[in-house]
Amino acid sequence: MSIVAFFLAAIAAIVVWWLAGQRLTSRPWLEVGHFHDRRGATRLPPAKIGLGVFLAVIGALFSLAISAYFMRMASSDWGALPLPGLLWLNTGILAAGSITLHWTRVEAERRNDEAARIGLLAALALGLAFLVGQLFAWRALSDAGYFLAGNPANSFFYLLTGMHGLHIIGGLFALGRVTAHASQTPLDNRTRLSIELCAIYWHFMQIVWLVLFALFAGWASGVIEFCRQLLT
Amino acid sequence: MVDVRSGIGEALPPPEVEDVELYHPHSWWTRYVFSQDAKIIAIQYGTTAIAIGMVALVLSWLIRLQLGFPGTFELIDAERYYQFITMHGMIMVIYLLTALFLGGFGNYLIPLMVGARDMVFPYANMLSYWIYLLAVIVLAASFFTPGGPTGAGWTLYPPQAVLSGTPGGRDWGIIMMLSSLIIFVIGFTMGGLNYVVTVLQGRARGMTLMRLPLTVWGIFTATVMALLAFPALFVACVMMLFDRLLGTSFFMPAIVEMGEQLQYGGGSPILFQHLFWFFGHPEVYIVALPAFGIVSDLISTHARKNIFGYRMMVWAIVIIGGLSFIVWAHHMYVSGMNPYFGFFFATTTLIIAVPTAIKVYNWVLTLWRGNIHLTLPMLFALAFIVTFVNGGLTGLFLGNVVVDVPLSDTMFVVAHFHMVMGVAPIMVIFGAIYHWYPKITGRMLNEAMGQIHFWVTFIGAYAIFFPMHYLGLIGVPRRYHELGEASFVTTSIAELNAFISVMALLVGAAQIVFLFNLAWSLRHGREAGGNPWRATTLEWQTPETPPPHGNWGNELPVVYRWAYDYSVPGAPEDFIPQNQPTPGRLSHETVS
Repeated sequence: MSIVAFFLAAIAAIVVWWLAGQRLTSRPWLEVGHFHDRRGATRLPPAKIGLGVFLAVIGALFSLAISAYFMRMASSDWGALPLPGLLWLNTGILAAGSITLHWTRVEAERRNDEAARIGLLAALALGLAFLVGQLFAWRALSDAGYFLAGNPANSFFYLLTGMHGLHIIGGLFALGRVTAHASQTPLDNRTRLSIELCAIYWHFMQIVWLVLFALFAGWASGVIEFCRQLLT
Repeated sequence: MVDVRSGIGEALPPPEVEDVELYHPHSWWTRYVFSQDAKIIAIQYGTTAIAIGMVALVLSWLIRLQLGFPGTFELIDAERYYQFITMHGMIMVIYLLTALFLGGFGNYLIPLMVGARDMVFPYANMLSYWIYLLAVIVLAASFFTPGGPTGAGWTLYPPQAVLSGTPGGRDWGIIMMLSSLIIFVIGFTMGGLNYVVTVLQGRARGMTLMRLPLTVWGIFTATVMALLAFPALFVACVMMLFDRLLGTSFFMPAIVEMGEQLQYGGGSPILFQHLFWFFGHPEVYIVALPAFGIVSDLISTHARKNIFGYRMMVWAIVIIGGLSFIVWAHHMYVSGMNPYFGFFFATTTLIIAVPTAIKVYNWVLTLWRGNIHLTLPMLFALAFIVTFVNGGLTGLFLGNVVVDVPLSDTMFVVAHFHMVMGVAPIMVIFGAIYHWYPKITGRMLNEAMGQIHFWVTFIGAYAIFFPMHYLGLIGVPRRYHELGEASFVTTSIAELNAFISVMALLVGAAQIVFLFNLAWSLRHGREAGGNPWRATTLEWQTPETPPPHGNWGNELPVVYRWAYDYSVPGAPEDFIPQNQPTPGRLSHETVS
């Protein structure tokens, strides 16, 4: 559970940092009158805060699953599975999608509507390509005899990639809606915000994927050794 | 970050949040059924939660009938008994308490108390309810599946939960239960995002965090915790579903069932317990924190006195929320663990008692020399305090490893958690319903029926659970369908058990009085007016009662003071609403 502990510590740090700016030591019973909240200048739109909170929930979900991965890994029947080379390509495709969305967001900010539309379509295509690639990776593994129930390492591989894939599918729905909306009308502030949110979501799923990839490739064992040493 | 302007005449700051374009329903369906109005959603959540809660109440009657009069009722065989306790526990903890506090009170009170027109994402809010309803339907449907619902106990520990020896293990029961929980978590996340972001971004002008009523603080913190804790339940359920349906071995060790070696091997049941209790312990405070918040407001309002130590109350809520994430393994002392871990978790568990005790002292000090009105909400609030102290103290016993190990499998634990997590929050729910019913419907609940309801419930709950501690101490085990001829306990426990069962039937019957009161007062209750309790918080200052869609008419409220200006010396009235700039003048007179 040390992974979750680290994740929670990060969340707790954000919460404490935020609370520190909220005048929790004020004496509200003495302070009558207008309160002028100066946060107005940097005030974020609710949708962005909502996305931030949602990403924290997804982060909790994956860090719990990864904690379970490490705890289950300690048992003797664990047999790591070979990673299909296709995963490298998929990683590249996902990264390309993330970069495309970043570019789209910048173009949308510059009021460059046409470029933004192309960027949205490209990101959509890249997202679909990633999913198809993941399905092929699953095919390759099951063809090689690595079935879901064969070994806990396989089970976790399918479970974690499946969870990640479902989140990508959810993201594609949102992205598809934004794309459809943007193709019909000139971009307004709301659409620009939606594009930005999609980009943030994509970056986050990219990071989650990189963590999972490192996990499957076995690069994370150094980290876990470090955690063990911290605890003992 | 914030500066204070005491001059009332100064120009009002511009709104921090633009007045939103509200969604306007066009038909009866979108107004009352597929409504995006948080108040309607709150009522939908509340009604559904109470309806499924009644099922759990009937189940508790059946459980008690078996324990009190073993062998009398052929209907309740061992299998059914386990199914009943499982469903009773799961429904009460998740589908009633969590849904009612966060989905019900959260939806109704957050927008009104922070001075917003609605939740920030009304559509997701609506979806949240319908997904919750689906979860409840899936859960209830498991009663009618082949093999019936799961009888694995509400903790659903593997490996027994998915084996044929447990009711529903190899049938539909466990699948329906896990699916229902997964659906519930998805639905809750949608609602939870709303509650958090509305508190963060939807507050009216002048409503700083330190001016929020404690109810909002409690619900807000509990929601943040729930958003971080429910994923653990989600992951655990998905993994167990894989084990059950697809033959993986996340939690399942190599096991022989009925002389047959199963496919499983190597899995770790303890892993499930870690995941489950990582959710399960914060869950206790997900239920308790809204109760803490609501009870603070009830006590302050009905004792006509400002809450004692407001800042300390806020800090305590936040600290309890944080600490509750690092105590989960105290549910696993008997599962076997490194003794040093046991020591660590016992220490954190006992530390939680510090902020909790601060809260109890502050409630009592709020009552001290207050002008206590023994209204129904106040009676329930007082009942909460004594019950919570009672359950909390036995929690201190059980938090110690050496005390917990012998008591863990006895009725003492049942008594403890029913006191602290069952009776105490339910008292707050009743108090809150008596308190806010006039705002929701415009009419008061009937006082006489309410008094009967209160006294039978309060005294009855003690008659049920107080003797249960004693049963536990002399060694009566929990989870047993029938004790039979046990030489290690005296035979007189049979009489005590029968007494408890009769009391349980009586308390259950009192809830029918309450439900009748809810329905009867809708028509025949006394007209309440806008602010019958003469309370300060914003929800009582709406232009109309019950508040219409959009809550505030043409103008959003502006907040000038904290939520607890009761009995202010020199003020013409014994309360000053939050949106009133100076004693005796209303805000809309100065705001142009």
